[in-house]
Amino acid sequence: MMTKEVVIKTEKLTKRFGDFIATNEISFDVYSGEIFGFLGANGAGKTTAMSMLCGLLTPSSGNATVAGYDIYKQTEKIKKNIGYMSQKFSLYEDLTPRENIRFFGGIYGLSDKEIREKSGRLIEQLGLASEADKLVVSLPLGWKQKLAFSVAIIHEPKIVFLDEPTGGVDPVTRRQFWELIYDASDRGITIFVTTHYMDEAEYCNRISMMVDGVIKELDSPANLKEKYKAATMDEVFFELARGAVRKAD
Amino acid sequence: MAAVTVDHLIKKYRQDKKTSITALNNISFSVKEGEIFGLIGPDGAGKTSLFRILTTLLLADSGSATVCGLDVVKDFRQIRKQVGYMPGRFSLYQDLTVEENLRFFATVFDTTIEENYHLIKDIYVQIEPFKNRRAGKLSGGMKQKLALCCALIHKPTILFLDEPTTGVDTVSRKEFWEMLKRLKDQGITILVSTPYMDEATLCERIALIQTGNILSINTPEGIISNYPEILLAVKGDDMSHLLKSLRSLPEVKSCNAFGEYHHITLKKDLKLSETDLQKKWNDQSLQIKEVISIRPTVEDCFIRLMMETSKAS
Repeated sequence: MMTKEVVIKTEKLTKRFGDFIATNEISFDVYSGEIFGFLGANGAGKTTAMSMLCGLLTPSSGNATVAGYDIYKQTEKIKKNIGYMSQKFSLYEDLTPRENIRFFGGIYGLSDKEIREKSGRLIEQLGLASEADKLVVSLPLGWKQKLAFSVAIIHEPKIVFLDEPTGGVDPVTRRQFWELIYDASDRGITIFVTTHYMDEAEYCNRISMMVDGVIKELDSPANLKEKYKAATMDEVFFELARGAVRKAD
Repeated sequence: MAAVTVDHLIKKYRQDKKTSITALNNISFSVKEGEIFGLIGPDGAGKTSLFRILTTLLLADSGSATVCGLDVVKDFRQIRKQVGYMPGRFSLYQDLTVEENLRFFATVFDTTIEENYHLIKDIYVQIEPFKNRRAGKLSGGMKQKLALCCALIHKPTILFLDEPTTGVDTVSRKEFWEMLKRLKDQGITILVSTPYMDEATLCERIALIQTGNILSINTPEGIISNYPEILLAVKGDDMSHLLKSLRSLPEVKSCNAFGEYHHITLKKDLKLSETDLQKKWNDQSLQIKEVISIRPTVEDCFIRLMMETSKAS
């Protein structure tokens, strides 16, 4: 449920690598409970921007706060108040789902009692009871992704960053995954998500579109489609990204 | 002669003493010469196992397959000379430059870059400005183009492309498919896999594949026209809420989010027009703004076939 409370605020946030400006003075606000789609062509600077917002990379200039904390000085506070999940890194495959939950719960500072309660509830909600003590490596990808998301928000963070969370997942599981996202958003968790599936862009409250290090557009999917006289978000994306100079990742 | 035939292939991977995963569950199909044939399915469908069997890098447990009329087990040496393979994971030499990689692959196949330059020209000119850069330092899109050039440099008769567009943005994906069409025009047969359902319509024929089983094989058009039900698209203000409300209606058989609409099918034909359906549901306070009857997409067909299969098992 989107509110008016700002949870991410960036002002002219910039990152240079030598003469290369990966992220060039980007300014935007993200609201509490919002599903914010962070889109852009390969090499547009999304990963760099996300790394800065997660407190993993120091900006070259500009300002930003995440969950109320400064991204220069309070990166450890930021890390405690956000969740992160990507397709590339999500769970330890040689641990069981139950062990993964315990591990991440512990990392995020949950008490043993909280971990036990959460663990039972999550395994039930995800229908994982019969698989809870088998190694994650043997789980179907869709279940892994759903479990990874649940683990990323096990500490009820203010914001969760999802970097292409649904890549390669079957169409049914992909939709179930988005239902988990909606539920988290209804509970007030802000969702900051990147995706290459343009139908998923439609599920976001607002979309920002990055091209060559700058934010070219930021609006609701409906407004963007109207502005570009496009029937789908795919067309909007194509219109904006085809002029991109940078093709680096 | 078919470019590829696959006959009752089975491949299982042992996990431990008791359990095994079935990657390919008795599948059969064939690819015509000069065709762009797509394997459409998610991770874990068995696409990579199939590619590796066809490129003679993996042995099946049972069943047989031919490539260019040659047996994948007996004639593996001849097959390797005739096929180009672009694996899903980037497999070029990261510490060689763009040009060195290309020359290496040309030499391995006893040819030169110059001899088959016409085949790769369109693609290679895009990465040529970086020909002295190490492959490991290239961006995703450029790596993909270099890998395609390396797979083409010995003038293969069949090209196997395992998820060439995964993780690539929509602009580069469109460009990639245009390159494939031009290769087809030069007579190369292409077997390509993708998890993106929207790319299915760019193939001449497709196999929808899921957990080692082929759900359907047809032209994209054929798959769509075989969809047996009336499909409706529904839109409202609060789509997340609407999804739950629609699913709770007794007459709704399936309801899936599809971008700005939800796609639904009904348990039986209610003999109501779209406008009447909208009125009926709005009387139940669903707050629907639009109901329209639509043509299914390949993704609608895939979801339906997946559901049918999981019900049957």
